[in-house]
Amino acid sequence: MELLVACVIGVMTAGGIYLLLRLRTFPVILGISLLTYAVNVFLFTSGRLVVGAPPVLRDGMDAYADPLPQALVLTAIVISFGMTAVVVMIGLGAFLGSDDDHVDDGPHDHDSTPVEDQP
Amino acid sequence: MTHWLIAPIILPALLAPFIVLAARYHITIQRAFSLAGVVAQVVIAAALAWHVSDGTVLLYQLGDWAAPFGIVLVGDQLSTMMVLLTAVLSLFVLLYAIGSGCDNMGKHFHPLFQFQLMGILGAFLTGDLFNLFVFFEVLLIASYGLMIHSGGNARLQAGVQYVLFNLIGSTLFLFALGAIYAETGTLNMADLAQRVTQISPEETVGIRLAAVLLLLVFAIKAALVPLHFWLPSSYAEAPGPVAALFAIMTKIGAYAIIRVYTMVFPPELEATAGLHGQWLLPAALVSLAIGMVGVLAAKKLDRLVAFSVIGSMGMVMVSIALFTPESIAAALYYIIHSTLAGALLFLIADMVRNARGSVDLTAQAPMAGTVLVSGMFFMGAIAMAGLPPLSGFLGKLLVLDAGFASDQVAWIWAIVLISSLISILGFARAGSVVFWKAHSIEAPADAVPGTGPSILSSVAAGGLVTLLVAHTVFAGQVHGYTTRMAATLFAPDAYIATVVETPGKLSTPTKKEDH
Repeated sequence: MELLVACVIGVMTAGGIYLLLRLRTFPVILGISLLTYAVNVFLFTSGRLVVGAPPVLRDGMDAYADPLPQALVLTAIVISFGMTAVVVMIGLGAFLGSDDDHVDDGPHDHDSTPVEDQP
Repeated sequence: MTHWLIAPIILPALLAPFIVLAARYHITIQRAFSLAGVVAQVVIAAALAWHVSDGTVLLYQLGDWAAPFGIVLVGDQLSTMMVLLTAVLSLFVLLYAIGSGCDNMGKHFHPLFQFQLMGILGAFLTGDLFNLFVFFEVLLIASYGLMIHSGGNARLQAGVQYVLFNLIGSTLFLFALGAIYAETGTLNMADLAQRVTQISPEETVGIRLAAVLLLLVFAIKAALVPLHFWLPSSYAEAPGPVAALFAIMTKIGAYAIIRVYTMVFPPELEATAGLHGQWLLPAALVSLAIGMVGVLAAKKLDRLVAFSVIGSMGMVMVSIALFTPESIAAALYYIIHSTLAGALLFLIADMVRNARGSVDLTAQAPMAGTVLVSGMFFMGAIAMAGLPPLSGFLGKLLVLDAGFASDQVAWIWAIVLISSLISILGFARAGSVVFWKAHSIEAPADAVPGTGPSILSSVAAGGLVTLLVAHTVFAGQVHGYTTRMAATLFAPDAYIATVVETPGKLSTPTKKEDH
């Protein structure tokens, strides 16, 4: 199971970073979403992977799942959800306002005419 | 246990929703409450700083849960000094925003300003790495709103860049926290400091990875080259007062590096040895050089100031990277100076924008209020470039002096001195083009005269100038205080003992209850 989870985190991170490097708003936002999924799973595993164990004290149990990472993940999910909403709104505003969805500071910033899409 | 330690966080947290809910259509009431809140903040911060100046460490356990199980706020000399600096800076910035009418150009300036303060002050006061992340997010969310305050396409585009870059930084921060928690099982800084030393030398891979990741995150906040790309556009495009408040935000990165890398990963810790000298110092020197070259190369006044902020952060980080008590004391002195000088220059760039209509470094007809604005620009430029007699010069001397003991002294001295020369050239060029050359240009007949700074704006910027002068005059006392502070930072036993050993709920095993 460790191998599977590690592979999932790795693939999501790799995909996220690839999309980040596209430098257009939409792929970058998708990339950040993928990265936050990856980090959420990563945080979850930081308390070790245990199956079927309760996170709170119970009588007659001697194996427990670490509850703290679950709380951390919850916080991280809420924050990243809100942040994604904010960045979608700002990105949409910027795109509608200037007809340009480049994320980087390029020569296209200073031209009023939109540049052709570079390969 | 004093409850005052949480006041700097609670006060803006209550004030901001109150302003949104009760006073959203009344700018006068918003201004009054916001200003009253910030003044109260200054008083509280000054009282806290005075209270811990003898070396006591204040601890606030939320819900009386003992560390490391509960969340703690810790006020020591470093954090209260940063809180005081933030409070004083925000007072002048708020006065300027009110004076220039910037707060009335869009909605919700004051609530966002208060939330921003809450995040910044929380980040300084928290004793827990995960809460550092949470407060980073609080201040970032507020800063996104402030940065695009009053809108405009250029501002929105810069805003996208700023938000995305910081989102990536936050994700990296979470990876670092996950790695630290997996390795040590705690996120409380004091507890972490104890546990990191217990990791056996063969099993340090994870913790070393986490230490580097954490350093990267803080370097993003501190705009250290090559992670500085978010800063020039976002600071230049942000409204003037907001950019001035952001002058403290890069210092949060510096604060976090000082805090974590003196206490949790100190230089003598074998696992992370060499991190500062090998990686931080070269990056800091390159930041210094790139920032000051950017000052010379900038075509607009606001970008020039943004690059000077990168350069001055480079200077702070050079001093931090040396990691001796003397260099940390110098860095703390320089942090205060660089915050005030950076904020002053952003306010002046905003005054120029309001009066001339543009901040291009090209000669235009003289603007309203040239005498006052140019005088303050002169002071700000002297301070930022590090010329005598202002505090930039003293700070630079302290950094150079601290660098004398290092092996890299030739590099440090050469880059600091040459970059100072370049920044002097850059500021001199900007000042002479904007203020002097204007007198040889005739105003076009149909030109609409801009407005000079209002009295309140001038008072706010003048207040920052006064603080810079005071920082110079009382340099001996301030440096003495930062030296004592650096000594306690390098011997964090009092801090750790206060956090870990103060009793609270769960601090002693209680008798097992029957279910």
